[in-house]
Amino acid sequence: MSLLAFARGPALQIALAVFAAGVAWRLLALLLLPWARDRSVARATAPPALVGAVKGFVRHLWPPKPLVRSALVVTLNGYVFHLGLAIVVFGLAQHIAFVRGLVGIQWPNLPSEVVSAVAVVTLASLMVAVVRRLTSPVLRLISTFNDYFSWLVTMLPVVTGLLAVSHLWARYETLLAMHILSVALLLIWFPFGKLMHAFLVFLTRSETGIFYNRRGAQI
Amino acid sequence: MGERETIGELLLARGISRRALLKYATYLASTMALPPMASSVMAEALAKARRQSVIWLSLQECTGCTESLTRSFSPTIEDMIFNLISLDYHETLQAVSGAAAEQARLAAMHDNKGKYVVVVDGSVSTRDGGVYAASAGKTNLQMLQETAQDALALICVGTCAAFGGVPHARPNPTGAVPVSDVIGGKPLINISGCPPIAEAMAGTIAYLITFNRLPDLDHLNRPKAYFGDSIHDRCYRRPFYDKGLFAKSFDDEGARKGWCLFELGCKGPVTHNACATLKWNGGVSFPIESGHGCLGCSEPNFWDQGGFYRPLSATTANPAAVIGGAAAAGVAVGVTSALLARRRKQQAAQQAAKEPQA
Repeated sequence: MSLLAFARGPALQIALAVFAAGVAWRLLALLLLPWARDRSVARATAPPALVGAVKGFVRHLWPPKPLVRSALVVTLNGYVFHLGLAIVVFGLAQHIAFVRGLVGIQWPNLPSEVVSAVAVVTLASLMVAVVRRLTSPVLRLISTFNDYFSWLVTMLPVVTGLLAVSHLWARYETLLAMHILSVALLLIWFPFGKLMHAFLVFLTRSETGIFYNRRGAQI
Repeated sequence: MGERETIGELLLARGISRRALLKYATYLASTMALPPMASSVMAEALAKARRQSVIWLSLQECTGCTESLTRSFSPTIEDMIFNLISLDYHETLQAVSGAAAEQARLAAMHDNKGKYVVVVDGSVSTRDGGVYAASAGKTNLQMLQETAQDALALICVGTCAAFGGVPHARPNPTGAVPVSDVIGGKPLINISGCPPIAEAMAGTIAYLITFNRLPDLDHLNRPKAYFGDSIHDRCYRRPFYDKGLFAKSFDDEGARKGWCLFELGCKGPVTHNACATLKWNGGVSFPIESGHGCLGCSEPNFWDQGGFYRPLSATTANPAAVIGGAAAAGVAVGVTSALLARRRKQQAAQQAAKEPQA
């Protein structure tokens, strides 16, 4: 079996299975936990829980005023690589063909040159993120293997994808196999590492919003 | 080579001028990307060389490779190929049959011991001693091993001989293998394709006769001159790939405008052959130009790559059941984990209620 055949077949199948099982486990194990009842008395002006959740999520999309200056670069950089990743993942025709093969749905693709340009910007942004993590004493102190490995498995598909699309360095079949294998690695790591924030961010920020809005605290 | 007339003498006797040979040599040299001077060197060498003795073995095959070579378009590549060689044995083309045919093979082997080239099309059946393909009372495997023993080199024509091809496809009931799996220690050239391109065959033989050595080969023993580039790299539809313009079905607007066929399963990006440059039927067209994606027929295991119409970026597995099963298992583990946590909390509360308050 060639490397590409392995990547397109067993590797992707195992990775997708681990991803599905892991995400289902993490979400249900969390959502079905016995929740502690909030015994505080809600403020008279406190919005309903759903409104508080939405407000909490929206509020966290941008740093509060006193922190804007110090957090501006990191916030903007975060947006750049998150939006970049979304454009690359959902905009490239080859990726849409992958999704279509999996679940049968498709949508119009972006021009490949646009996606490639976005991928380069995304890669640069990911580099900025890791350099900042390595150079900031505080961030470095609180960073663990989980942070660095999550960054690595996010960065690898971008690099290998760019190489495959550009036909650089090796034969296309090798580059495509490496790209697919790097995606398989990401899918396997996803539920167990910090990449799970793609699902959990909605829960954590909403829960924080409900908690503080009930108490009338401004966040 | 036997003591037979030179190629130049033979061509002259058949009314083919030196100029025609020079044009042909120039054409072949250009297909192999040889330097300009190589064409005259090739023409001189071919004219002086004696015709190469060739024993052609047809094993598990469909005769498509022979059909491709003998019915290729004008200017008669097939004539030129057969002028370059002395085809001493070919089951499909030879006039004789039975014991006389076998005698011709044995005589050619004896007369040209260590100097003849064995051309093979078709894969080799190995299961149950190779009984699924036999002729003249011998299995293909026995005949190949016997014939290859004193050969100068082997040329595997077509994907079946080179990589096993269609007989090798799952479930491979005859235990079909490529020639390279059963013959070792001999120079071996693979000219893959289903069928292979006639010019690749002619160019390789001409190179062998001219330079008396093998051409540069890739990691799959294919001449780099013909298999060095991917179909995709030389495809006239490549600009559409680069722009992200893809046909979504065989009759949509994109297909009519000649956009890239990647999403319709084209294997051009992972297929190495000269179809996009030399083309077929005398340079008229090739599959992608006719509106169909490349099947990847010159690559190993091309029949078992998950389907001709599945895009390269899609998984070859059918993972719905596996993913569904895995998700169900994840749900079960997650629910169990949460229920256990609830039970622990309940037990802790009961325990706290039993203990007297301090």
